[in-house]
Amino acid sequence: MTDVTATHAPAQAVRPARSWGKTALRWILYIVLGLFALWYLMPLFVMLTTSIKTLEEIRTGSLIALPRDATLEPWAKAWSGACTGIQCEGLRPFFWNSVILAVPSVLISTVIGALNGYVIAQWRFKGANIIFALMLFGCFIPFQVVLLPMARMLGLMGIAGTIPGLMFVHIIYGLGFTTLFFRNYYVTIPSELVKAAKVDGAGFLRIFVSIFLPLSLPIVVVSVIWQFTQIWNDFLFGVSFSSAGTQPVTVALNNIVNSTTGVKEYNVDMAAAIIAALPTLLVYVVAGKYFIRGLTAGSVKG
Amino acid sequence: MTKWLENHLPKMVLAPSFIAVLIFVYGFIAWTAWVSLTRSKLLPRYEIDGFIQYDRLFDSPRWDTAFGNLFIFGGLFIGICMVLGLALAILLDQHIRVEGAIRTIYLYPMALSMIVTGTAWKWILNPGLGLEAMVQGWGYPNFSFDWLVDPDMAIYTVVLAGVWQSSGFVMALFLAGLRSVDGEIIKAAQVDGIPTWRIYSAIIIPSMAPIFLSAFIVLAHLAIKAFDLVIALTGGGPGYATDLPATYMYAMAFSRGDIGQAASSAMVMMAVVFAIVVPYLYSELRVRND
Repeated sequence: MTDVTATHAPAQAVRPARSWGKTALRWILYIVLGLFALWYLMPLFVMLTTSIKTLEEIRTGSLIALPRDATLEPWAKAWSGACTGIQCEGLRPFFWNSVILAVPSVLISTVIGALNGYVIAQWRFKGANIIFALMLFGCFIPFQVVLLPMARMLGLMGIAGTIPGLMFVHIIYGLGFTTLFFRNYYVTIPSELVKAAKVDGAGFLRIFVSIFLPLSLPIVVVSVIWQFTQIWNDFLFGVSFSSAGTQPVTVALNNIVNSTTGVKEYNVDMAAAIIAALPTLLVYVVAGKYFIRGLTAGSVKG
Repeated sequence: MTKWLENHLPKMVLAPSFIAVLIFVYGFIAWTAWVSLTRSKLLPRYEIDGFIQYDRLFDSPRWDTAFGNLFIFGGLFIGICMVLGLALAILLDQHIRVEGAIRTIYLYPMALSMIVTGTAWKWILNPGLGLEAMVQGWGYPNFSFDWLVDPDMAIYTVVLAGVWQSSGFVMALFLAGLRSVDGEIIKAAQVDGIPTWRIYSAIIIPSMAPIFLSAFIVLAHLAIKAFDLVIALTGGGPGYATDLPATYMYAMAFSRGDIGQAASSAMVMMAVVFAIVVPYLYSELRVRND
C-alpha cells in the first residue's frame, strides 16, 4: 500500500508488519460499513418481503420476518386492481402516463439543452454569460413560486390537466439543468476546433452535427438519466397540474397508499411502491456511473 | 441573406429558451410577488394592498410551525447528512475490498422518488405493525417508538427518512473529494510519519472546503424543496405538526383556495433560497469567468 498514486490517495500509513491491533481495527471497519449497508438495504428488504406476504401474515408476523407462504397476489392487485380514489385500475394506467410523459420531455429538453450549451460554450456573444447565469438561477428556484401562474398559464393555453401540459412544464424547468450539463461539457472542447472548421467553410449547424455531436455521447447519457429520474420521480408538478386520468405514477402511488376505502392493504402498497420505483432503480443499476455524474455535475465545478 | 442568417443563428437558437426562462421563471416570480401583495382569495386580484398577506402569514400559528420545522428539519437533515457522509467516505477510503458494491448500496436511495421513500418509512415506522411491534414481539412489551404519530416527534421521522435518502449522495461527493486531493502531499506526510487521523484533519479535509460548500448548497436546496417526502410520510400531520413551507403553500393554493397566502409563503421560500444560492452562484460564475 505504499504505491499511492496521484488520482487515488487514501491516507493510510505506510504499512508496517500487521499487528493484532491493526487486524482488529480492520474488522471493526468492515463491521461498521456492513451495518450501514444493512441500514440502507433494510427498507428495500422490508418492502420486498411485505409485498409478497398475505395480510394475515402481516398482521401476525414480524416486520422483518421472511414470508412463509409467498404470494404474488399483491403485485397483481397493485398493477391492475388497486384503488386510487374511486378508480380501481391499479397502477398500470398511471405507469404508462409517466412513460408517455417522460420519454418526449427527456428527449426534447436534452436536444434543446445541447444546442443551448453549444451556443453558450462555443459561440460566445455579448450577453451570453448573463443569459447562462439567468438560466442557471432558474434551476434553483423553489417551484412553489411558479405553481400559481403556471396553473393559470396552462389554462390559458388550453392544456391544463393534460399530459402535454405536464410535458411542457417539465421541459421548461428542465432546460436550466440540461443547458448546464452541455455547456460545462462543451466548454472543455478547444475553441480552435470551431475556428478551423469555420475557415474550412463549415457553418453553425454543420460544426455541431459533425464535430460536437459525435463527442457528446457521455453527456447525453448524463442528461437523459438526470431528466428521466427527475421527471419520473416528480410529485409536485404531477399533483398540481394533472387531472383524474392523467396523473403520473407517483401521484397514483400516493393515492393508493392514502386511499381510505376498505381494509388497509400494506402488501399492495409496498408492491405499488416498488413498481413505481423500478424504472429509476433499473437506470441506477445499469448506468450508476452516469447517474452519479449527473448528480454532481450541478454542484461541483467541472 | 445566408450570411446574415449564419451570423445570427446562434442567437436565434438560444432565443426561445431565453424568452421561456424570462417568462416562466422571472415573469412568474414577478406575478407571484405581485399577487402576494393583494387580497386574492380563490381567484387572483391585482389591486395592490400592501403587506397584508405577509402580516397574516406571520400571525398564522400553522405557518409558525411550518417555518420552524424548516429550520429543525433543514438543520438536522443537512448536519447529519454531512457528518454521516464524510464519515462513510473516510471509512470507504481505506482500501475496502468490496468498495464498489458498498458504494452502490449506500447510494441507491437517491434513485428513488421521495414518495416511495416516504411510503416505505411510513410502513416501517407505523407503531401498530412496524418497528415498534417488532421489538415488542421480541419480548420487550414496554418498548415504545411512536414518533410517526407523536406531534412533538413526527418531524424527526421526516429527518430520518430524508437522511436515509440523501446521505449516500453526500458520501459520494466527499469520496470524490478525498480522491482528488494531491497524492504527493499525502505521501510526503506519510513518509514523515504523521498519523492517519492527522493527515485527514490537517491536510485532506481542509482542502475539501469547496466540496463542503457544494454539499451544503445541494442539501439546503433539497431541504427547502422537501414536499413529497412529508406528503407521503406524514401528510403534514399529526394535525399540522410536520408542515413545511412547501406543504403550507400547497395547502393554501390548492385546498384552502387562499391564493394570497400561497403566494406570500412562496415568496418567503424564495427569499430563503435566494439568501443561500445567490452568493454561491455569484462566486461560482466569477471564478469560471476568470
